[in-house]
Amino acid sequence: MAERLFDKVWDRHVVASPEGEPPLLYIDLHLVHEVTSPQAFEALALAGRAVRRPDLTIATMDHDVPTIGLDKPIADPLAAEQIARLRANCAEHGITLHALGSPQQGIVHVIGPQLGLTQPGMTVVCGDSHTSTHGAFGALAFGIGTSEVEHVLATQTLSQVKPRAMAVTVDGELPAGCTAKDLVLGIIRDLGVGGGSGSVIEYRGAAIRALSMEGRMTVCNMSIEGGARAGMIAPDDTTFGYLEGRKHAPKGAAWERALDDWRSLVTDDGAEFDAEIRVDAGALRPAVTWGTNPAQSVSIDDVVPEPAAAKTPAARQAAERALTYMNLKPGTAIRDIPVDAVFIGSCTNGRLEDLRAAADVVRGRTVRAGVRALVVPGSAAVKAQAEEEGLDRLFTAAGFEWRSAGCSMCLGMNGDILAPGERSASTSNRNFEGRQGPGGRTHLVSPAVAAATAVAGHFAAPADL
Amino acid sequence: MSGVQRIAGRGVVVMRSDVDTDQIIPAAWLKRVERTGFGAGLFEAWRKDPEFPLNQPGADQGRVLISGLNFGCGSSREHAVWALQDFGFAAVVAPSFADIFRGNAISAGLVPARVTEHAAARLAAALADAPDRPVVVDVAARTVSVGQEVTEPFELSDYAQWRLLEGLDDVGLTLRHEDEIAAFEARRPGWLPVVAPAGTGDEPRSAG
Repeated sequence: MAERLFDKVWDRHVVASPEGEPPLLYIDLHLVHEVTSPQAFEALALAGRAVRRPDLTIATMDHDVPTIGLDKPIADPLAAEQIARLRANCAEHGITLHALGSPQQGIVHVIGPQLGLTQPGMTVVCGDSHTSTHGAFGALAFGIGTSEVEHVLATQTLSQVKPRAMAVTVDGELPAGCTAKDLVLGIIRDLGVGGGSGSVIEYRGAAIRALSMEGRMTVCNMSIEGGARAGMIAPDDTTFGYLEGRKHAPKGAAWERALDDWRSLVTDDGAEFDAEIRVDAGALRPAVTWGTNPAQSVSIDDVVPEPAAAKTPAARQAAERALTYMNLKPGTAIRDIPVDAVFIGSCTNGRLEDLRAAADVVRGRTVRAGVRALVVPGSAAVKAQAEEEGLDRLFTAAGFEWRSAGCSMCLGMNGDILAPGERSASTSNRNFEGRQGPGGRTHLVSPAVAAATAVAGHFAAPADL
Repeated sequence: MSGVQRIAGRGVVVMRSDVDTDQIIPAAWLKRVERTGFGAGLFEAWRKDPEFPLNQPGADQGRVLISGLNFGCGSSREHAVWALQDFGFAAVVAPSFADIFRGNAISAGLVPARVTEHAAARLAAALADAPDRPVVVDVAARTVSVGQEVTEPFELSDYAQWRLLEGLDDVGLTLRHEDEIAAFEARRPGWLPVVAPAGTGDEPRSAG
């Protein structure tokens, strides 16, 4: 029977299929961070249970950590306590922890792939919705809540109703100036924030194949913003080339056996999906969100839309609310909107290629006076590599702040926040009301557009400069 | 966790689509290490508006929240469920729920009752007329009613219903399959990655 990639990965992880209950799936890799784990570890302790597989668990500190002044104790007592809690929990249970200050610390969805821990055909979970990122490797990767974190710690399994399978096929070629970020924002614009609900998306087609691993991670990362349970891309030579030689990638004879298995992880010819959408990559332009959810975006060439033009009364109401919150008038050209802050970073766009893309735009230019601009590498390793290439000096010479790794201004838990009313161009994944700070106004863009916007002081594409 | 059969009390209507978990509980609240005390953070930003439904007389007794499509989208934070529960809500009635939120709700014993869009509108209208009409969510019967005026069926899978009614310990349920888990582990391919055991990670010696 013709099977989809999703079925192949799902089926090989079913531990048990009890009568009248959802199947029990085995979890190959559990990523842990400081924010969604303390209550899980506490519940484990209260029930007198141990972590079943500390050897399949890895922890890091990312959400709360400061990105500046790392030599001082953490100023926020709540964050300091939460981080201390993670340290204690990992020590007690024998879980490897990449702590603040260590060379492999970073955003959880950046360090997994860097270490070669994320591999095709695996199940990967984490108490964080952007776990979908790891699907770029052909893994089944999804976010879970704290009770499920406890369940995975105790049993290394999860009970899951099998989602439906949706195909998003992207034909053609991304035009010059368009990136994986613009592609996924375009997909979400078509899908809507609930369109992928109940489904695992497989991204297919020439434009997907043409993406680097980092580009594929950007696309899969934002699957959750379209409501999907997970996003997957079938592994290929690009995937194998990325993985070969990484710390936890198989070596020697084991590598050959793994490759054999991984090459089977494709959707069979003739397999049917429960839903399909097609996107023409060639028609895309750099995207900018204007509203308060990731589907509310337009091309940078466009204007803020008229709520009356929305397809349903609910959509019109939502657009009106969004424009009031964002303090935008319909008909305003996107390029005419000034910004107060620019944030380059996050699990969506905080990797080396993202920093290089931004650096290429910034080289020989300076940040507009009055604009606060931050570059936050996604991990300590990304930061180190970027510094070897001189990107840090390039950014600071231009007037950017060069920070240490963490989630930072994506969600502002560490003090890197927008002041009320401030407007940002951000390479992160969510523009919800207050996401980057109470009253903060977030516009999602690609790293290249973020960099050009920092220089121009208003939304701009690199070609405009 | 005790089971939930029937929820009866005050209804509160927040009739918006795509209510995301950043609105339900802002990120700053996620720095707590406790599992309780999130009620004060529920819809923190929206409650600054005196017109917001949670600020209306009697809403502080809210037991059932009625909302719109795609409720609970965005971040996987289970703290959103805890905030609703700590405030006093025992059920959310909506035309659809985001996947992760729905799973978190069932894990924590908050009833996610899925009704049609028309049903949600009828329930909301019945409360708009008289906000203190009692709302009843009957988990066994899968119905939600507002006073004597409106009764609507809701969708809830048999398995989710069973878990909510019984208030079972999910980990305990899974550990019945210990033998199967061990058998599965024994046959996993040897080339799958293993994280180094603790002590070979790269924790720095200095505090941070």
